[in-house]
Amino acid sequence: MARLCRKVMGKIMPKFTRAKALEDKQTHYCPGCTHGVIHRLIAEVIDEMDIEGNTVGVFPVGCAVLGYQYVKFDGVQASHGRAPAAATGIKRAKPDRLVFTYQGDGDLAAIGTGEVVHAAARGENITTIFVNNTIYGMTGGQMAPTTLPGQKTQTSPFGRDTDKVGFPIRICELLSTLDGVAYAERVSLHDVKHINAAKKAIKKAFEIQMEGKGFSIVELLSNCPTNWAMTPPDSLKWIKENMVPYYPLGVYKDAEKGVTQR
Amino acid sequence: MKFNLNFERCKGCTLCINVCPKGIIEMQSERLNKSGYFTAECKDQDACLSCALCAVICPDCAIEIA
Ligand SMILES: Cc1ncc(C[n+]2csc(CCOP(=O)(O)OP(=O)(O)O)c2C)c(N)n1
Ligand code: SF4
Ligand code: SF4
Ligand code: SF4
Ligand SMILES: [Mg+2]
Repeated sequence: MARLCRKVMGKIMPKFTRAKALEDKQTHYCPGCTHGVIHRLIAEVIDEMDIEGNTVGVFPVGCAVLGYQYVKFDGVQASHGRAPAAATGIKRAKPDRLVFTYQGDGDLAAIGTGEVVHAAARGENITTIFVNNTIYGMTGGQMAPTTLPGQKTQTSPFGRDTDKVGFPIRICELLSTLDGVAYAERVSLHDVKHINAAKKAIKKAFEIQMEGKGFSIVELLSNCPTNWAMTPPDSLKWIKENMVPYYPLGVYKDAEKGVTQR
Repeated sequence: MKFNLNFERCKGCTLCINVCPKGIIEMQSERLNKSGYFTAECKDQDACLSCALCAVICPDCAIEIA
């Protein structure tokens, strides 16, 4: 759990220890991959809300396919893109549970676009953690719906040509137009300050779900150093310089406050 | 010890090195862990601020700060 105060009742406390809701296991992720950061943030929020025994994560097809192995709370793994449908069933059967989906851009914005749009339109009381790394990581770096114009991937070796394959999808902007959506925020993981802000967004989305307010989504601008063919530090710089301008950060929908930014 | 590295968990990604305000984290190239990575290490525990910036950026939760 990050940032405990140093002295509690005369005892010096550690400043940063591993989240309790994380299994003590080595992940299979590549060095520097932000999937690990996102797992930690989710686990810390679950620790802070004290809901480890009351949470179900629905993991995707994609690099996070084995995500349920790295957390102590319950987890299932859904068919490609179908996590919102699986989460809908779990939440309707067990409405007191915190139920979230964890989905990459290939999973959520390609094969599963219909699933997330309709879960959001129905106002399902679930949270979607959307890991946008502009690429199909698991399968070797093919172009995704969120690949930036001009970005080189295995299937766009000369850069994404928008004349031929069209434009990226901005998921938060798209979903924020739906009345079933209670909360939509885009955050980034390119530095410590933004990582800490990302944790706040996840907590907010989970709280909105526990208050029964409707569908919530947090989109996290993430890296894939392996398929981007970059060092981990360069990949974080690339998020900041290329992704953030195309995918502006911020709260796109907060039904409580009447915010809708389209 | 303020900076505690889990030697087996570190994947040598170097992200912690870049964020340390004291510049006291370096890569070592003497010992590989079981996964085959050279790891980060703290060169000067006394200079560590316990700011935990390194721990926040680490994707593998390999760092704990006392
Ligand atoms: C029905 C089906 N179609 C295609 C695939 C191949 N496949 C596996 S993962 C993936 C995309 C992964 O990309 P993303 O969701 O962005 O996750 P990442 O690995 O980048 O985190 C695809 C197309 C599959 N496993 N099942
Ligand atoms: S392929 Fe990319 S997204 Fe997948 S674990 Fe490696 S760096 Fe992360
Ligand atoms: S806690 Fe701060 S000063 Fe100490 S090693 Fe980590 S980043 Fe450097
Ligand atoms: S950030 Fe973590 S995994 Fe990467 S080099 Fe530092 S301690 Fe090792
Ligand atoms: Mg992806």
